[in-house]
Amino acid sequence: MSTVSETSHSALPDDGVVRAADGTPLKKSLARALRREKLRSFMLIAPLLAFIIIAFVAPIADMLFRSVENSIVRDTLPETVETLADWDPQSGELPDERVFAALYRDLQIAVEQRIHTRVGSRLNYQQPGMSGLFRGTGRDVRRMDEAGPFKPQFLETDEDWAEIETWAVIKRYSPTYTPGYFLNAVDAELTAEGVELKPQNERIYITLFNRTMVMSLIITFSCLLLGYPIAYLLAHLPMRSANVLMILVLLPFWTSLLVRTSAWKVLLQQQGVINDFLVWINLIDDAGRLVMINNQTGTIIAMTHILLPFMILPLYSVMQTISPSYVRAAKSLGATDWTAFWRVYFPQTVPGIGAGAILVFILSIGYYITPELVGGTSGVFISNRIAYHISTSLNWGLAAALGTILLGLVVVLFWVYDRIVGIDNVKLG
Amino acid sequence: MKLKTILMATAAAGILSVPAVAQSDMSLAEAPCENCADSMTLVSWGGAYQTSQINAYSDPYSEVTGVDIVWDESSAEAVARLRAMNEAGNVTWDVVDVVAADAIRLCDEGLAMPVEHDELLADAPDGTPASEDFGDLIVSECFIPQIVYSTTFGYRTDVADWGDNTPSEICDIFDTETFPGQRSLEQRPIGNMEWALYCDGVAFEDIYDTLETEEGVQRALDKLGTIKDDVVWWTAGAETPQLLADGEVVIGSTYNGRLFSAIEEQDQPIAMLWDMQMFDLDGWIIPAGLPEDRLNRAKHFLKFATDTQRLADQAKWISYGPARASSAPLVGQHADLGIDMAPHMPTDPANSENTFLFNYEWWADNRDDLDARFQAWLAQ
Repeated sequence: MSTVSETSHSALPDDGVVRAADGTPLKKSLARALRREKLRSFMLIAPLLAFIIIAFVAPIADMLFRSVENSIVRDTLPETVETLADWDPQSGELPDERVFAALYRDLQIAVEQRIHTRVGSRLNYQQPGMSGLFRGTGRDVRRMDEAGPFKPQFLETDEDWAEIETWAVIKRYSPTYTPGYFLNAVDAELTAEGVELKPQNERIYITLFNRTMVMSLIITFSCLLLGYPIAYLLAHLPMRSANVLMILVLLPFWTSLLVRTSAWKVLLQQQGVINDFLVWINLIDDAGRLVMINNQTGTIIAMTHILLPFMILPLYSVMQTISPSYVRAAKSLGATDWTAFWRVYFPQTVPGIGAGAILVFILSIGYYITPELVGGTSGVFISNRIAYHISTSLNWGLAAALGTILLGLVVVLFWVYDRIVGIDNVKLG
Repeated sequence: MKLKTILMATAAAGILSVPAVAQSDMSLAEAPCENCADSMTLVSWGGAYQTSQINAYSDPYSEVTGVDIVWDESSAEAVARLRAMNEAGNVTWDVVDVVAADAIRLCDEGLAMPVEHDELLADAPDGTPASEDFGDLIVSECFIPQIVYSTTFGYRTDVADWGDNTPSEICDIFDTETFPGQRSLEQRPIGNMEWALYCDGVAFEDIYDTLETEEGVQRALDKLGTIKDDVVWWTAGAETPQLLADGEVVIGSTYNGRLFSAIEEQDQPIAMLWDMQMFDLDGWIIPAGLPEDRLNRAKHFLKFATDTQRLADQAKWISYGPARASSAPLVGQHADLGIDMAPHMPTDPANSENTFLFNYEWWADNRDDLDARFQAWLAQ
């Protein structure tokens, strides 16, 4: 034994490096062990990571991309776009025969593949009337005289082809990337004179963003107002009663969102339970039934109820860890109940308030099912518009731009919160 | 208007209620289907309408062929969903039920498959080719018409504030003095714009020309603006009957079959206001790009589901007129209630004194523009 160890020892260079039993430098050996450890933990999280990248990061990246992507005009009308490059909208002249001939050839192919209406729909987002123009022209283009000249034939098909603006729009939206969707999302548009706000009667998104923010703030605040005393009670009642109360908080939390929203519809409507009760106790008369649904009131009430557990739970978990001896100490030093609460207890609950408020606020600006069902037209959020553009109007680019702005807002708010309160002050449990 | 003549003829035949010999045409389904998928996905609108289709078409069909049929209730979003499926290169639907305007849009965009009507569909029992039997209701080469329905109004019959008055004409919708209370209207411009202009004094035949202009659109929106505060906006056909039943609105628009279901089947205190009902068509399309075995199955099903007898059968469960001229005489009584269906059809002469033939072609072309305007107006 001793001989073996002696020989191995003597085989090593004596350079003062600390070595492991097998002779490798300790530093290297440690690093290797650590690397193995890291690899193992990485393998453990790899499925989740892959899942998040596939199901979360990739779609968001795709969405961000869609909000600026605009290859459809160039792909569908390649020759027109190319010939239009030489034309200057400021000249006040219509494009020449060359462009019309190119448009004819492009449309021939597009109509054959039935994709001309998609260009029309795309350009219609920027200039009303384009969709109808392309549909109509698509029907007529097959009947046109192949020999040309094409300019008179197009002008005869639809007088919009004689408008400079029609061509200017095609030219303006021929690049592969466009700020058009983002401009639309803030009620602006790209015109010959540069970026301008839309006419008053077409502006809606700024209003909706404002409304979403203001109402989410109100909802957050009312959640805090209602949730704080409950969390306090939960944390200070004896275990047995606290558990019962906890169930009452969790039960609605476990109930489906749709069920709870529908329940509010039954409760709040004019012939609903609450109005019936108020009439019955003679607080209001039958003609003066309150309108509490299909407006902002409905959204605020229903969403406050739905998001309340997200406020109570973090508050409760923070309050539970606060030692009662602090308040007792304050009182023994002569503080009144209020002072003891406000100066000693309350500051310790701030991390819970922060966590609850962030959770409720961020959840509520993205809500859309509840506002859709109880919000009418005055109580809907920006997310309802996003859903509308995705499933009904099919303006996915605009939906993506609105979504991107919303995402940006959340990130900014998060950053501001981190600056003011500090994200390490947030405690969820 | 030729279409209207056909619809009236359909109704007239219906009222006579000729007791037809129900030729059980099971042979169509029994015909062998070569290289056919053994399951299929049908898409429809849910509710009473889908139930009528299940009873009349899909249950008899799977009984004979053993095909596994899955229903999807996404017709309201058919255009968007098909577009998304097409982009993803994975169309999971086999036969889709859509309104005429959507069929035209889908066909224009290459998302629906053009069909040879005479080749695909069964002839009428007397040998009339399908294309003639359906006639002008084939509004697009991709569209296989199924029923004629209308969007119309229902009102509560027990509103105390109205005294002895009940709404008798469409413009009573805008008369909040005589008929106070909340109304429900569909959350889209189609229909509402036409009614608004009509009640603002625009002549019947000038409505679409007026809507073509910026001032016309504004005029319609201004008229709607007079009742904007009294309106609950609906997006699903089942909402108005529910709102009426709850007493939440006193009058509201929806599809006539939904109101029929609320009035006759559920016995609610609701009555129909047929004035200026808006005719429309509903039918099937086959999505473009189906693999061959699924396409064969879809065709086999459609041949069965659109023959003369089946189309007449659907009217046993819902008050929509069959789209085939040869089906009209076969329309009989409600399957469960045993009441005569003809007087509940939108095409019945008593109901159709003043009807509006909704111009789906105009809407296919102008929908993008007006939707944007209308939605902006709503949000303000």
